[in-house]
Amino acid sequence: MGKSLRVAYGEALTKLGAENEKVVVFDADLAHATMTHIFAEAYPKRFFNMGIAEANMVGAAAGFAHSGYIPFVSTFALFGAGRAYEIVRNAVAYANGNVKFGLSHSGLSVGEDGGSHQSIEDIALMREMPNMTVLVPCDPTETEKAVFAAAQIKGPVYIRVARPVCEDLTNADTPFIPGKANVLREGKDACIITCGLMLVKALEAAEQLAEAGVEATVVNMHTIKPIDKDIILKMNQSCKAIVTVEEHSVIGGLGSAVAEVIAGHAGAAFAMVGIQDKFGKSGKPEHLFAEFGLTTEHIVKTVKSLVV
Amino acid sequence: MQYDLKATELRREILSMLYACQSGHPGGSLSCVEILMGLYYDVMNVDGKNPKMADRDRFVLSKGHACPALYAILADKGFFPKEDLKKLRQIDSHLQGHPDSGKTPGVDVNTGSLGQGASVAVGLAMAAKHGKKAYNVYALLGDGECQEGLVWEAAMSAAHYQLDNLVFMLDYNKLQIDGSNEEVMSLGNIVQKFEAFGFCCFEVDGHNIEAIVAALKASSDGKPKFICCDTIKGKGVSFMENQFGWHGRPLNKEEFDAAMKELEVK
Repeated sequence: MGKSLRVAYGEALTKLGAENEKVVVFDADLAHATMTHIFAEAYPKRFFNMGIAEANMVGAAAGFAHSGYIPFVSTFALFGAGRAYEIVRNAVAYANGNVKFGLSHSGLSVGEDGGSHQSIEDIALMREMPNMTVLVPCDPTETEKAVFAAAQIKGPVYIRVARPVCEDLTNADTPFIPGKANVLREGKDACIITCGLMLVKALEAAEQLAEAGVEATVVNMHTIKPIDKDIILKMNQSCKAIVTVEEHSVIGGLGSAVAEVIAGHAGAAFAMVGIQDKFGKSGKPEHLFAEFGLTTEHIVKTVKSLVV
Repeated sequence: MQYDLKATELRREILSMLYACQSGHPGGSLSCVEILMGLYYDVMNVDGKNPKMADRDRFVLSKGHACPALYAILADKGFFPKEDLKKLRQIDSHLQGHPDSGKTPGVDVNTGSLGQGASVAVGLAMAAKHGKKAYNVYALLGDGECQEGLVWEAAMSAAHYQLDNLVFMLDYNKLQIDGSNEEVMSLGNIVQKFEAFGFCCFEVDGHNIEAIVAALKASSDGKPKFICCDTIKGKGVSFMENQFGWHGRPLNKEEFDAAMKELEVK
């Protein structure tokens, strides 16, 4: 039974709220879209709707962090990371404020709302700020772990939450250590490094590659920052090719983060599957994924182009 | 305390700091001296020996560029040694070009990006109410700063959450970097605007400490409070007063000597 990551996020916040009364939640009139309404119904006194004013929501959350609370801020990724960017930077990250950003509706999978609402740059915006941790959970179970891990980290954390319903790829026993990637499949020829909703496609691609005689490792890079340099450098030495796969612009996202690690090191051939410097548009998520090259077939083709 | 002597002493400190680092913002630092004095010498519950005292009143210098005035007062209150002031804006100093809560004792909130402080102050006041704390939150805003939309987002939320523990003070010197508020972007009737946003408003002479303190201590009828402090940019130095050019320019030797001569304690 699948579940939307945003629902998993709202439920995890509520569970966390039961354990820790310092957890407070902010939303900007999207509580029924980000699913923070689940928390709001359980803990109405710890939920603050700030209206459609994202920058002020972030500033107010910074004030709560300065007062010893653990605020979780939620809205759409585009508005939390984009519109409020400079307040996230100066009021939170610069002060190393203990504010958590659980931003939903990231990537093309927003679908029909179109390019104005599809955040393809939030990972880039968030990860370049000193002090910020960036988590991109791949399924409902990992989303809950990301919420609990964020509360443990002292300082700002961004959790990128996607809208679609998806099946669990991990389970309660799968380790989730921020900064330590999980290897889901091992193969000596190529390494596919991915995060979020693209993990399922990366696993499918590895399956198809195996049928064609190409053995691929699949890495779930659930933490974009601090990125797991050890696994990347190891793969750079042991595989012929590294291919990154992300539902984000290839400028500044996971692919860029991996490229930053391997720069200056001889090793594997490298390619990035992601959104190629284009805005999204309206359409069903699966149609958009096809048009923008976020498909199993495209991953397979890209890996083959480097190793065969 | 003899307020006039203390104000002159603080202005001398401010200009010495700015002269030493050959950068920074003299005009808006000199205009807010009495406002900060009213807060720090008469109203706020803070302790220089215990900067993180749990239930202290909070102050946010939302017009962060006026931090030399704040630093001079914090040093005078014993938050850090006065010798530190000489190192304003230097590479090994805790006194940053704009306030930094991670570096300077007594600074509760980072500011410098205009509008941000107003918003964080709202959060501090909401958190105080949520935690059933009795302390107050004071934020000092600039007039040019009120052109930032974030100030009005913050104002709207302050009224919505009935933050009667929050005071926005305006250093209304009517000048900003490129000229007067009127020339750059008119504020209209700023007091009426805050009134319309749900604040209990006061207007005072921003160089009259007794008047400032009276407004700070007055009831706000369950609303957030706005105190419009009518001030003179560059106050205390004849050739700087009401000159927008002194917003952010360093003093040369002749100007510094002339200013210090005007500020001699007779």
